[in-house]
Amino acid sequence: MIFLQHIGKRTLFLIEEMGAMFVFLIRTFGWLFRPPVRIAQIIKQMHFVGFKSSFVVILTALFTGMVLALQGYYSLRKFGSEGLLGSAVAISMIRELGPVLASLMVTARAGSAMTAEIGIMRITEQIDALETMAINSLQYLITPKVVASLLSVPLLVAMFDVVGIWGGYLVGVKLLGVSGGSYWSSIESAVEWKDVYGGILKSVSFGLIISWVCCYKGYYTRMSAEGLGKATTESVVLAAVLILVWDYFLTSVLM
Amino acid sequence: MVIKLDGVEKTLGGQAVLKGVTLDIPKGKITTIIGPSGEGKSVMLKHIIGLIRPDRGRVIIDGTDLTQINEQELNDIRKKFAMLFQSAALFDSMNVFDNVAFPLREKRIMAEQEICRWVPEMLERVGLDKMGHKFPAELSGGMKKRAGLARALVMGPEIILFDEPTTGLDPLMAHAIHDLILAMHKTFGFTGIMVSHEIPEIFPISDWVAMLKNGQIIAMSPSDEFQQTSNPVVREFISVNNGLHLAQA
Repeated sequence: MIFLQHIGKRTLFLIEEMGAMFVFLIRTFGWLFRPPVRIAQIIKQMHFVGFKSSFVVILTALFTGMVLALQGYYSLRKFGSEGLLGSAVAISMIRELGPVLASLMVTARAGSAMTAEIGIMRITEQIDALETMAINSLQYLITPKVVASLLSVPLLVAMFDVVGIWGGYLVGVKLLGVSGGSYWSSIESAVEWKDVYGGILKSVSFGLIISWVCCYKGYYTRMSAEGLGKATTESVVLAAVLILVWDYFLTSVLM
Repeated sequence: MVIKLDGVEKTLGGQAVLKGVTLDIPKGKITTIIGPSGEGKSVMLKHIIGLIRPDRGRVIIDGTDLTQINEQELNDIRKKFAMLFQSAALFDSMNVFDNVAFPLREKRIMAEQEICRWVPEMLERVGLDKMGHKFPAELSGGMKKRAGLARALVMGPEIILFDEPTTGLDPLMAHAIHDLILAMHKTFGFTGIMVSHEIPEIFPISDWVAMLKNGQIIAMSPSDEFQQTSNPVVREFISVNNGLHLAQA
C-alpha cells in the first residue's frame, strides 16, 4: 500500500512539474513579444551562450569528425567504398551528431550556468527585488536567455558541422590516404537541402529546450545551497534527455 | 489608511503561516511588526507588495484589492513601493552605482546625465559617497544595507518595506541603520513598514508597533503605548528581547 502511495505521489508530482514547466514556457513566450526589447541583454547572453561555448564546440567537433572518419574508413574499406567517406561523415554530422553533440555541450557549459545564475538570484532575493521594482523577472532575466539560445545554438551547430567535416578530412584524406577530390565530391552529391534544413530545425528546437529547462530549474530552485546544486544537476540531465528524446521524434518526422 | 490587510490567510508547505491577519497601516508613519522567528512576518510583508498572494483574505493598497487585479495592474501598484530586503538583494553583477541607478534606467524616468547627478547624491545621503564603483561582494553587511536603502529611496516611493534591515549587523551598525531610516523618513516622508527583532531599538524610530504571533496580529498601538502594554504575551516578548539586548551590549 505504501509502495502504491509512493508511486501515486511521484506521478502527481511529475504531472504537476510538467504543468508548471509548460506554464513557465507559455508565460515566457508571452513576455517575449512585449516591449522593451532588451537588445543589450540579448547580445550579452549570445556572447555567453554562443561565443564562449565556441571553443569547446570546436574541440568536440574536431575529434568527433576525426573518429567518425577513422571508424567509417575501416567499415567502408571492407566494401571498397572509401570514396564515400566524405558523405558518411557529412551526413552523420549535419543530420545527427552536429545538432545533438553541440547542444549537449551547450547544455553542460551554458545551461548549467544559467540554472546556477538564476538560482542564486532567487536564493538571494534578487528576483524578488526585480518584481518589487515593477520589472517582470521573466522578461528581464529569462527572455534574453531564450532568444540568445534560439540564435546561438544553430550557429554553434553550423560551426560543429563544418569543423567536424574538416576533422574527417584530416584523418580520411591526410592520414589514411582517401582522395581529397572524392571526399568533397561525395559530400556535394550526397548532402541535400533537407539534411541542412533538418539540422537547423533540430538545433533551434534544442536551443529552446536548453534555455527553457535550465531557466525553469533555476527560477524555481529550492532556497538552499543543496537545492541549487540539485537544480543544476537536474537541469543538465533533463535537458540532455529531452534533447535525445526530441531528436528521435523530430528525426522520425523529417525522414 | 493606505494599507489594509483583512483576514489574510496563507499556508506554505502544508503549514498554516498566516491565520487571518488583519492590520491597518497608517499613512506617512513607520509601523514595525515584531514577533518570534518563523511566525510569518516576512511572508506578511511579501503579501503587502504582491510577491505572495493570500489563500484567503484581502490586501488593500489605496483602495485597490491586490487579490483582484492582474499582473499589469499589480506592477502599477508596485510603482508606489520599494523594499529593503534582509540580504539587501543587490544585483551582484552590477556595482553600487549601477544598482542604485537600475530602477531609474529601467523606468526611463531620468536622462543619463541626471542619473549621474542624482545617484551620487543619494549615495552620499546614505553614507556611501565615492563607493559607487564597488561591487556588492566588496561591501560589508552595513554598506550593503545602505546601498539597498539608497536603491529603495531613489525612485521616491510612497511606501517602503523593510525586511529585518539590521539582521546580521553588530549593535553599533544596527543603530546607525535605524538612525539612517529615521533620517530618511523625515526627509522623504514615506510610509514605512518594518519587520524587526531589534527590541528596544525599534521603539524610538517607530510610530506604531504591532506584534504577530500564531499567525495573527495580537496587539497594535503607538510605540510608547506598546512599551507599556498590559498584554502578558507582548510584555514577555519585550522583556525577553530586552534581556537579550542587554546581554549582547
